[in-house]
Amino acid sequence: MSTEMAQPAARTRVGGTAPPLPGAWRSGVGRVGVELKVFFRDKQSVVFVFSLPAVLLVMLGSIFRGQAAAHGLSVGTLFAAGLIGGGIAATSFQYLGIGIATERDQGMLKRLYGTPMNRWAYFIGKTGLVLVCTVAETVLLIGVGMLIDNLRLPTSAERWWTFAWVFVLGTVCFSLLGIAISSVPRSARSAPAVIMLPFTVLQFISGVYVPATLVPAWLRDIASFFPLKWICQGLRSVFLPQQAVVLEPAGSWEHGRIALVLLAWIAAGLVLCLTTFRWRSSKDG
Amino acid sequence: MTDRTLAAVRVDGLRKRYGEVTAVGGVDLEIQRGEVFALLGPNGAGKTTTVEILEGYRRRDGGTVQVLGEDPERAGRAWRARIGIVLQLTAEGPELSVREMVRQFADLYPRPRDPDEVIGLVGLSAKSNSRLQKLSGGQLRRLDVALGIVGDPELLFLDEPTTGFDPEARRQFWTLIAGLSSGGVTILLTTHYLDEAETLADRVAVISGGRIRATGTPAGLGGRAARAATVGWLGDDGPRRVHTDEPTRVVAELGARFGGEVPGLTVTRPTLEDIYLELIGDEQGEAQ
Repeated sequence: MSTEMAQPAARTRVGGTAPPLPGAWRSGVGRVGVELKVFFRDKQSVVFVFSLPAVLLVMLGSIFRGQAAAHGLSVGTLFAAGLIGGGIAATSFQYLGIGIATERDQGMLKRLYGTPMNRWAYFIGKTGLVLVCTVAETVLLIGVGMLIDNLRLPTSAERWWTFAWVFVLGTVCFSLLGIAISSVPRSARSAPAVIMLPFTVLQFISGVYVPATLVPAWLRDIASFFPLKWICQGLRSVFLPQQAVVLEPAGSWEHGRIALVLLAWIAAGLVLCLTTFRWRSSKDG
Repeated sequence: MTDRTLAAVRVDGLRKRYGEVTAVGGVDLEIQRGEVFALLGPNGAGKTTTVEILEGYRRRDGGTVQVLGEDPERAGRAWRARIGIVLQLTAEGPELSVREMVRQFADLYPRPRDPDEVIGLVGLSAKSNSRLQKLSGGQLRRLDVALGIVGDPELLFLDEPTTGFDPEARRQFWTLIAGLSSGGVTILLTTHYLDEAETLADRVAVISGGRIRATGTPAGLGGRAARAATVGWLGDDGPRRVHTDEPTRVVAELGARFGGEVPGLTVTRPTLEDIYLELIGDEQGEAQ
């Protein structure tokens, strides 16, 4: 027994003033590294969050290969633009929603709360993770889209600017909503079910898996209450030729409206996070 | 007065209700620095609620609480750096190795212990690079302790740390806790194992029905030392037992009667378990 368990030696405490507590930034940057390790080592997140949109793009792109939608636009390019929106939502909303619910259920949040960690460090860690994963996801999807569907990178500065703000607002919006929805599942086991069903439905009606023009008007109306439809619309305006605007139900890219809806959801998401975030699970009392 | 300023934990009249149920109904406690203090009680006695209030996880409904001189409800991050909380990990945790877990937590403290030293202390050096998923239940509990002590706490909370251990794992765990205590850490332990309290604790409090029923050293709890002893022996017509305040006199008389060895001689005093069950029984009688 003594061979396995060393006798701890008495330890003298160094006197004098205590060193300062690690700041939010220092602890947060440390947590980004931990978060990335946990994400990329977990088969669930690598397969179902990171790879799934790319696999779907390959599948859909191959099935509809060569079919023209209109105006010389291939259906595959439509899918690529939609799935980039779905990918952004997967690495932010889906992963944070399920991941934080799981950490809460497994007591990881309670454990962190019991340390002197600055509370913001946890969210800095999540922000870093989402940033890296979402950029990587988007690069992957654009790459796949270019390989199989002749997806073209935007050539004008104006389009790159649109891409930048749609990407940033979309990621921030879905990250906040992911953190907020993580409080809904009561256990790690139920988290994928609680989050995936509405998320999948939302993707279908928002033009991720099915081009928006094929979605019935009443479903499109429901989708336009949620941010994903607007992100996909913004991405179509970045990656599709200008004449494809006639395929938009609204007949226009509606950039102003996209920004407004996303900003409104960011405000709502922030309020939800600040009022509902819990460090302990509900079964924990 | 000196005792009071030295106290690591002071609790007066602590009360906590959940709806109609009183979980803690007026608990008083005082734990000195350097002490190993065990809170003993059956499930639902109010142990965990009491400890979680001291750890700052729960708010109280009444009474005063001082932990390392501060009220846990208002204490900040500097106070958290001085306490350690041992919680239970599950094997479904993150895909991290033992070293990565301990390092991750060390980084959150202003003056952490060396992660590898802590891993050695809990006997996990050989498992340092193993993922959590590869650890046995006993090894996970030792990692829990490593995460609780890596910040070099003055006060360590252990809530039912050995539940589900096999006997050998429990003995190893006790050696670890005794070592931490000899290093100067104050330890508050909750348990429903009496032998654990008897082995580890300097003082014990029995909690039941949300109230402290008795406090004392494991040997002296409830006036145990002064209780009557039972002398037993094998008489001509079978086993005999006598309850007495003077066991030495009884044994001397028996010795004289048998003219030497007394067959099957035993002298027993009530065990901690006897005292404990009596204290718990009192409460259950009151409740009915």
